[in-house]
Amino acid sequence: MAYLELNNICKTYGQGDNESQVLSNINLTIEEGEFVAIVGFTGSGKTTLVNLINGLLEPTSGEVLFKGNPVSGTSHERGVIFQNYSLLPWLTVEQNVLMAVKEAFPKREKAIWKRKAAYYIEMVNLTPATNKLPKELSGGMRQRVAVARALAMKPDMIIMDEPLGALDALTRGNLQDQILNIWGKDKRTALLITNDVDEGIYMADRIIPLRPGPNATLGPEFKIDLERPRDKTELNDNASFKKTRNAIIEYLMDIGDERKSEAKEQFILPDLAPKDFVNQFR
Amino acid sequence: MKASLTLNKVSNFLGLGLFRTLKDLFANKLEKEDFKNFLRKTIVPLASILLFLGLWNIGAKALYNTEADFKIEKALQNQGQAAADALQVCIASGESSCQPNTLPSPSQVWGSFQSLLRDHNIINADKAAFAEKTAALNKTRIAEGKNAIVYTGRPSFVDQIFRSLKTVFAGFLLALFIAVPLGIFIGLSPTLKSAFNWFIQIFKPVSPVVWYLLVFMIVKTVLIGSADDSSFTISFISVGLCSMWATLVNTAMGVSTVDKDYINVAKVLKLGAFQKIFKVVLPSSLPLIFTGLKITLSVAWMVLIAIELLAQSPGLGLFVWEEFQNGANDSNAKIIVAMFVIGIIGFLLDRLMLMIQNWVSFDKTDAI
Repeated sequence: MAYLELNNICKTYGQGDNESQVLSNINLTIEEGEFVAIVGFTGSGKTTLVNLINGLLEPTSGEVLFKGNPVSGTSHERGVIFQNYSLLPWLTVEQNVLMAVKEAFPKREKAIWKRKAAYYIEMVNLTPATNKLPKELSGGMRQRVAVARALAMKPDMIIMDEPLGALDALTRGNLQDQILNIWGKDKRTALLITNDVDEGIYMADRIIPLRPGPNATLGPEFKIDLERPRDKTELNDNASFKKTRNAIIEYLMDIGDERKSEAKEQFILPDLAPKDFVNQFR
Repeated sequence: MKASLTLNKVSNFLGLGLFRTLKDLFANKLEKEDFKNFLRKTIVPLASILLFLGLWNIGAKALYNTEADFKIEKALQNQGQAAADALQVCIASGESSCQPNTLPSPSQVWGSFQSLLRDHNIINADKAAFAEKTAALNKTRIAEGKNAIVYTGRPSFVDQIFRSLKTVFAGFLLALFIAVPLGIFIGLSPTLKSAFNWFIQIFKPVSPVVWYLLVFMIVKTVLIGSADDSSFTISFISVGLCSMWATLVNTAMGVSTVDKDYINVAKVLKLGAFQKIFKVVLPSSLPLIFTGLKITLSVAWMVLIAIELLAQSPGLGLFVWEEFQNGANDSNAKIIVAMFVIGIIGFLLDRLMLMIQNWVSFDKTDAI
């Protein structure tokens, strides 16, 4: 039995004339312990897909099965790392993490709450910033707090929605390694949504392109058979890496071209020219 | 005494920059840029104040002359040359009984201000003497289970200010306790929102006078048979009802427009309804709530004057009205003094709220 299963998911927004189908016929299965990446253009419906899986949205048709049970509403079993960190700006790093700890550990274990929060903050190397507010932290540090918060819920599966999209290349590489480290320790199931093909190949076992919306649907999957731990510098010379990367990029480019040729609507430009410009040819 | 303290604070608040720059000026520390800044920050406001006082003085003189000429002309027509001449001499001598009644000059207003303070000191002394005189008697009365004798003389100007502040704060607290919880409920539930929307839209623009009348109708009946003076109750409730709308609307808006990301976080963390409101919704709408409260306090102070006047509740409003009815030769000057006091206190209240707002808004503080 698959760990996470999406069967014929469709999602439409709006009603009547305003109706627009964002996702159509999404089928996806993820096995336990797997690291799957979904790559796609911005605006292709990635965030909608994430919200369907974590339970913030409900599909218009089709079903999401998690461990064989249909998903209804959010659950601490599926931890989410949001695209824009979504830390509560009026709480310190510790308080932000504590909110998640309180959810994962029941009230009678009150005594260990603080210790647990400290543990997860330590895990993302933020102990010195424990009592700082989010606005006092850099983008990378904020995202690490978000990672700590997601992990503090002790999720069985981590869902990451373009977690590193807003970070600079160096911080991004650093955080990729940290996330892989944490994932490698207890082999949680992970789903990464990204727009960076390299990031997907570096981190995931499987990459599935999302054909852009409206009517976004999943493309054919690409298996990444690189051994872990992967080395970023070596990866650039690896033949298999290059091949997969080119294949995926080519596929995505093709969809892009397809989409352009679909846009056949002709715009009629008004027949306007500056007055003097016309006159000088008379 | 207390009034002069407040004034000291105001002058400190406004003039601190001036003194510092002056010190720098003498220490030759000022560069060209600083000098420009110095001009803008200190000379320009001072010049505009002087200009204002000058124009006021000229205007007051002109009005005074017009009024005096009219009076003399009228005396000439009604009573003949002799009476007119006598009046002219009387006006020129500055005798208070025949002064034209018009806009007072700045110096007259300053004089009235000082006389009000003197009056306050006299009344204070009177009160102290009264307390001393009745101390022994009150002791025996209390021992016998009777009510103590209290001072019932007229209140001084400073007493009126504090009475007004008391009314405004009572009204403000009433508005706070009604509008914030109600706003939270309305903001959270679309059903309640549509239930209350007409109510807010219709009653928000209603004038303070009408609110006063409504409260009067109700409180008069509710407090029937009670010996207490109901004017304070009526005026603070009216002030609260007039001023609560800004807070109500702002709170409802703040609560209903909490960033979707925060709501998602609350959902993912599976916070209960109570936790969600107190940990996520309220902190994130605090800045808007405080903007509402700031407006509420300034509206409360503004309508207070009109309501005190109607309710005959002691305070600055009643003071202004009584002075107007009184028509003594320095009444007009006292009204202008009250006007400045009202303005300055309104300004200070606004500053106070701004300080509290900066203090609680989540961008600046580290824990809520």
